[in-house]
Amino acid sequence: MFQQGMTRRHFMSHAALGSAAVLGATEFLHHLQLNAAEVSKNRKACILVWLGGGAPTIDMWDLKPGSKNGGEFKPISTAGDLQICEHLPSIAKQMDSLSVVRSMSTREADHARGTYFMHTGFVPNPTVVHPTFGSVVSYELGTKRKELEIPAFVSIGGGGMSPGFLGMSHAPFTVDAGGRIQNADMAGVDPNRLGARLSMLETIEDGFIKSNRGGAGQAHKDVYSKAVNLMRSQQMQAFKIDSEKPEVREAYGRGGFGDSLLMARRLVEVGVPFVEVNTLGGWDLHNDVFNTLKTQRLPQLDKGIAALTADLKERGMLNDTVVVCMGEFGRTPRINQNVGRDHWATSWSVLIGGGGLKSGVAIGETDEDGTRIVGDSYLPSDLWSTVAYALKIPLDTVHTSKRGRPMKIAGGGQPIKGLIG
Amino acid sequence: MKSIVMTWGICFGLMAVLCQSGMGADQKFSSGSTDPIVQYIDEQIQKTWDENEVKPSPVADDAEWVRRVHLDVVGHVPAGQVVDEFLRDKNPAKRSQLIETLLADPGYVRNFTTYWTNTLIGRVTPEKTNRPALEKFLRESFAKNRPWNEIAYDLLSAEGRFDENGAVNYLLAQLQLNPNSEEYVVEATAKTARIFLGLQVQCTQCHNHPFNDWKQNQFWEFNSFFRQMRREDYEKYNPATGRMDDDYSELLHRDFDGPVYYETRAGLMLVAYPKYFGTEVDPGSETNRRLELAKSITRDDSNKWLARAMVNRMWGHYFAYGFTRPIDDMGPHNPPSHPELLDRLTDEFVTSGYDLKQLSRWICNSEAYNLTSKFNPKNEIDNPANGEVPLFSHMYVKPLQVEQLFDSLLVATEADTAIRDGGASGNYERRQMQQQNWTEQFLRIFGNDEEEPTLYSGTIPQALLMMNGPLVRTAISGEKGSYLYTVMTNPAYKKDPERIRALYLAALGRGPTSTEIKGLQSMMARYPDRLSAFQDLYWALLNSNEFIVNH
Repeated sequence: MFQQGMTRRHFMSHAALGSAAVLGATEFLHHLQLNAAEVSKNRKACILVWLGGGAPTIDMWDLKPGSKNGGEFKPISTAGDLQICEHLPSIAKQMDSLSVVRSMSTREADHARGTYFMHTGFVPNPTVVHPTFGSVVSYELGTKRKELEIPAFVSIGGGGMSPGFLGMSHAPFTVDAGGRIQNADMAGVDPNRLGARLSMLETIEDGFIKSNRGGAGQAHKDVYSKAVNLMRSQQMQAFKIDSEKPEVREAYGRGGFGDSLLMARRLVEVGVPFVEVNTLGGWDLHNDVFNTLKTQRLPQLDKGIAALTADLKERGMLNDTVVVCMGEFGRTPRINQNVGRDHWATSWSVLIGGGGLKSGVAIGETDEDGTRIVGDSYLPSDLWSTVAYALKIPLDTVHTSKRGRPMKIAGGGQPIKGLIG
Repeated sequence: MKSIVMTWGICFGLMAVLCQSGMGADQKFSSGSTDPIVQYIDEQIQKTWDENEVKPSPVADDAEWVRRVHLDVVGHVPAGQVVDEFLRDKNPAKRSQLIETLLADPGYVRNFTTYWTNTLIGRVTPEKTNRPALEKFLRESFAKNRPWNEIAYDLLSAEGRFDENGAVNYLLAQLQLNPNSEEYVVEATAKTARIFLGLQVQCTQCHNHPFNDWKQNQFWEFNSFFRQMRREDYEKYNPATGRMDDDYSELLHRDFDGPVYYETRAGLMLVAYPKYFGTEVDPGSETNRRLELAKSITRDDSNKWLARAMVNRMWGHYFAYGFTRPIDDMGPHNPPSHPELLDRLTDEFVTSGYDLKQLSRWICNSEAYNLTSKFNPKNEIDNPANGEVPLFSHMYVKPLQVEQLFDSLLVATEADTAIRDGGASGNYERRQMQQQNWTEQFLRIFGNDEEEPTLYSGTIPQALLMMNGPLVRTAISGEKGSYLYTVMTNPAYKKDPERIRALYLAALGRGPTSTEIKGLQSMMARYPDRLSAFQDLYWALLNSNEFIVNH
């Protein structure tokens, strides 16, 4: 199928970066001869861990001891050059590989609008649907990975974000935490019949394609061949976490969230460039924030993120894999009468690491009560530009909306200096 | 005896196809209609062919056309026996006759009710909006073939409860914000301009548009007509849960007079009074602004925007492309491809009393609508998929809409005859609900992009759904009462080629070619049992590119 959002300028910039153009002939041949393992080593990817509802980052990554807004938790030292919450001890041990941006200021404090803004880098606009960043990565990196037989953007747990003007072929491919994919098997029919069915299908489809009625017939055939490749692909094993050793599964934490992160690692391993994990929800803590964090959310998050970071590092994948952990906004520094925190987009934090970004540091700061950013603040467009930079997607990439409006990648933000240093 | 009838049937069918395709290129096509407006359309379209030096493709054979006109007018493929009868019919006016039959079919009402419900409130029903009541309003309107300007008048001026007056649901669906917000009626403003007038004004909410003549003040002048309305939502106590549940909603009049205020990009505060193009309305509290707007749009508009937008939209419905792209962006910055034809059809549509069936009749009887979708060497440039201006020198291929796909699968498989014929036995709403459930389930897979109404856009999950999903699985199960069962057991089908042909007719609206028959039969011979062979053939037909498009 033709690619809808490709502009001429975009195409030219890609052509210029094509390997044959910059490498000499010998080098190019050598480049081709690199074995598959070597190629897979340099494949860039991003895992987005989504904390739906808006996590109280003031209690997690940017604590305010001594302030009336400080809450119940104490900060602890970490392996990195910053302190985080005492209820995240395993992550603390991995903090030399991760960083925190403490100066996010993102305007949108409504769930739907914030979710849109943080996923796309664009504020909602009634005239256009912007692509969620996973779709952008699918469009930019997925289409180039010919060896990839499964979709380039997998969402574990779903969440309904749209590929927008990049089109449905870059929509998130949704699975549940058990790795189940709707309609991916023949539901009780002898799988040997698939071959026979496809031969008959080919007879009918080829006739229609030859009848010279435009591109739709061939496009349909191409999609079916992708779907069949997927059904038959060895890469589908990536969804099956049962094959992991019990101690690995234990390390990630038994349950939907641990399973999802483990699956995300397996998917990145086979070449999927973007995985979103949306299976640890319930962060909209207007009530009883400390108790809920301490006993439920943080232990799961701690175990899962720490295991994922350690595992990626051990496998030599962390340098090519960006991990981002955030929700649609932070929560009010002020503690409300229900011992909860409300929506807050003015000053909050995001956890980010891997992908060769600078690690073990805190970027930016908030004032002593956490209500205001001191110094530079960052937008989601800056955050996604940082990710694009780490994934080696050119920052001058421009897509075109269906109405022909040029759209800068990641909302035209600037990579966060302290992270790309 | 039966087999003889059958054999003759096939022969007649073949003859009919041969007659059609044998028609010379210089012989003037006629569907059987003698309406001078149809002739005018043909002349105008012919003119642009000549100007652009393209030669039209030949007239579509009957099989291609009968499937197309069913999908476009009644929203599903024709049943196998309907195709068979049409192919056998030797009446030269059979196309115009079939158009009449389909316009009188309950499927016409259902098809356009679905189309307009989706257009007015989207495929996903907004909060506190009564979709079935809106459908009922539209269904009754289309069944009586009420004039389009009267339907539009009702939709724009309606007040009352969302269950008692279904027409209020169009505006209720657009009122989703806090009633005190300055943006409360912005959505209603933009949607009304786009859907009813074919004008895109949403960008001008905030600034004068660089390529659009519509200015920011016009947006707010138009907006001020909608200020005298608000939604009221009622709840009721649910004794079972102890909670308050949604009960019903109402569209009410709200007191408002004077100007609305808006801010320019430069931060200047300006005022706007209710004004529809040239027509100014008294901004006092005595004026019912929405009623005035409804009158201006549907009765007194010398520009005929309402009619023009509908003509363009219906042309786009039948040809995949209208006279402008997109069909609902007809402002002066976006000139139409066939201005004279658009003007004339607009005038004639108004003169006809905004007769929707008449508009469909003119389009379907035109020569362009009857051409094949195949390109020929002399019209390869006529390819709007590549961004070219459409010349209508051949039919353009349209992917099926989700609802067309659903209804076509039901027809092709007789999976649920009772549901399909719901209109007659009074369970229309049950059927609509099933379709709605199915559609919502599919939207995740098919997407719900308003800019480009949801189509089979070719994604892996869509393919998997068709290949392995429950609907096709049921369709090919061969259960008693299903079409496959009939084909396998009815003694009228004597031999395998007849059975293969029957499946082809139901799925693709045509018989197999001799090459296809040969290839398929040798593949089917390898099956251990005949049922599996036919199941898999039907699977292949329903999964084919030819099934999933309307050509």
